[in-house]
Amino acid sequence: MATIEAGRERFRAALRDYQRAAGGFLTGAGLWLLIGLFFVWAFFQHRDALVTGLVTGSVFALGAIGITLIYGILKFGHFAHGDSMMLSAYLAFFLVSGVIVGERQDTQALPVNLGDLPGAGERIWEFSFGYGLLLAMAAAAVIMAGVFIALDRAVYRPLRRRRSGIVIFSIASLGLALVIRSLMLIFWGADPRSYTRGFRSSFDLLGTRVLYDQLFIFCMAMLLMAAVYLLLYRTKLGKAMRAMADNPDLARISGINTEQIVLWTWGVAGALVAVAGVMLALQAQLKPEIGFIVLLPLFAAAIVGGIGSPHGALLGGLIVGAVQEVAVSTDFPLLGEVSPGYKFSIAFIVLIVILLVRPRGLFGAKQ
Amino acid sequence: MPENVVLEARDVVTGYGEVEILHGVSVTVHEGEMVAVIGPNGAGKSTLLKAVFGLLPLRSGRVFLKGEDVTNQRTDEVVRKGLSYVPQVDNVFPSLTILENLEMGAFVRRDGRRDRLDQVFSLFPDLVTRKGEVAGRLSGGQRQMLALARALMLDPQVLLLDEPSASLSPKMVGLIFDRIRVINQGGTAILLVEQNAREALSICHRGYVLAMGANRLDGEAKGLLENAEVGRLYLGA
Ligand SMILES: Nc1ncnc2c1ncn2[C@@H]1O[C@H](COP(=O)(O)OP(=O)(O)OP(=O)(O)O)[C@@H](O)[C@H]1O
Ligand SMILES: [Mg+2]
Repeated sequence: MATIEAGRERFRAALRDYQRAAGGFLTGAGLWLLIGLFFVWAFFQHRDALVTGLVTGSVFALGAIGITLIYGILKFGHFAHGDSMMLSAYLAFFLVSGVIVGERQDTQALPVNLGDLPGAGERIWEFSFGYGLLLAMAAAAVIMAGVFIALDRAVYRPLRRRRSGIVIFSIASLGLALVIRSLMLIFWGADPRSYTRGFRSSFDLLGTRVLYDQLFIFCMAMLLMAAVYLLLYRTKLGKAMRAMADNPDLARISGINTEQIVLWTWGVAGALVAVAGVMLALQAQLKPEIGFIVLLPLFAAAIVGGIGSPHGALLGGLIVGAVQEVAVSTDFPLLGEVSPGYKFSIAFIVLIVILLVRPRGLFGAKQ
Repeated sequence: MPENVVLEARDVVTGYGEVEILHGVSVTVHEGEMVAVIGPNGAGKSTLLKAVFGLLPLRSGRVFLKGEDVTNQRTDEVVRKGLSYVPQVDNVFPSLTILENLEMGAFVRRDGRRDRLDQVFSLFPDLVTRKGEVAGRLSGGQRQMLALARALMLDPQVLLLDEPSASLSPKMVGLIFDRIRVINQGGTAILLVEQNAREALSICHRGYVLAMGANRLDGEAKGLLENAEVGRLYLGA
């Protein structure tokens, strides 16, 4: 009897050890291996979808890094991020075309706009847009930085003073998201629009057709991600932002003016939101509801990478974007094809799978 | 007020929410002096430091730094005026590197950072070799050293220390106290809150005994060490 008991105990211990080791592998090297395998497989089987996915993913990453920054400093999920992106896209659209309300942009344009500058509409290199759009994007970045700072003063700072919980902050941002969407509908209507009409030129990359515009979007996103990285790890302001995300009380104790850091964070997030929004509209189109639809992949990207982590946002964005596109172009056994209508829900599946094996995301902090 | 007082808390009344914790506590620190604040758990020692540093609003009473009234001033202002504080817990930035932690300690400084860094590293040579590592990986003792080092980056007039020896091994306690003495010998005035009453009094010039949010006793550290009541209550004699 005793030997059987002992044997059972040994077996249980062995099983526990095995599970622990397997769990360790699954959450560590195994997960990275799986991600790597996915990209290799997609490269050989679904190259077109992978390229589109990485471009979309780079825009998600740009949005997700703003969410991660705001979460790090203010500790709440900023649900107005997607709609702010779309609003910025419309702002740039307005600045470059002068169109506010109207069915057709040539009939209702304001008399003066950036698109009227000499040569502003002429295509740069092989892109589908001229420098007018870039100017509009830069202007939108400045405006959105100001808008975010103003919203902090008007909405979030009073909540901070009252020491409201994070749920209140998130609900407030959700309310703002609804307001922003209504404004877009009022000013620009529900019909889809785009920055440029006419054809978009493309080039061949390893047998895949890639738009020059997509190349621009991807490079722009990577450039800005690099800039954010430099800000956070190389400048005094960025280090203070990370310090505050880490331990806000000690940041205050060190003499960091935390309210000032909060304003800088909104400013940076606003500028990033503007560029991300213009890139999103350039990749797809301008349409008020897209702002809310992208919220899911944006948060998925931020959380998959580990919320609060800038490189996590980058990788999370690329993974979510790529999986999304590849999934809707794959013929699954049993399931058949996935309708493109489910594209954004796939972000949710990626999110759940990764959180199941790694509750804090790929680069999430330990405790 | 005499010339050489650098820090004075006068009749401080404060608390959390409805509850009043300090009912009028006074402490004074002179230039170059090291002063201990001892007392049982919950006496209000940490609360006193928070109030002096401006993290807790005072209900009444005043705080003077070098003769200037700094009562209820913003913390970044108080830091600029030369007051540094090492809290009892959570006193490093765990995901920042050691070097970045130190840079944050000098956040309000515009110049002289290199010199401060050299000086702090010479005081805590252990930190030099690990300066690129994140602080979260340090052991308890090294963390405490980093916390001290961060506060010293300011080159403060007065240093407030909240139980720097808490939950450290006896060997580490000796090391930390030795470093604190060296810091004080360098001219920095220190207000030291401690549970380790005997060790604290043995390196300090003067001491205050706090009990239930009020001053109980104060005087020369030697006198307090020999005081019968202090001995019975806190020194386990
Ligand atoms: N944030 C807080 N909110 C409410 N009450 C608090 C808070 N911090 C401390 N207290 C209470 O204030 C009283 C004094 O606490 P304080 O931390 O100042 O004591 P202490 O002398 O530092 O004790 P210890 O030796 O344990 O550190 C205690 O009764 C404690 O419960
Ligand atoms: Mg305490």
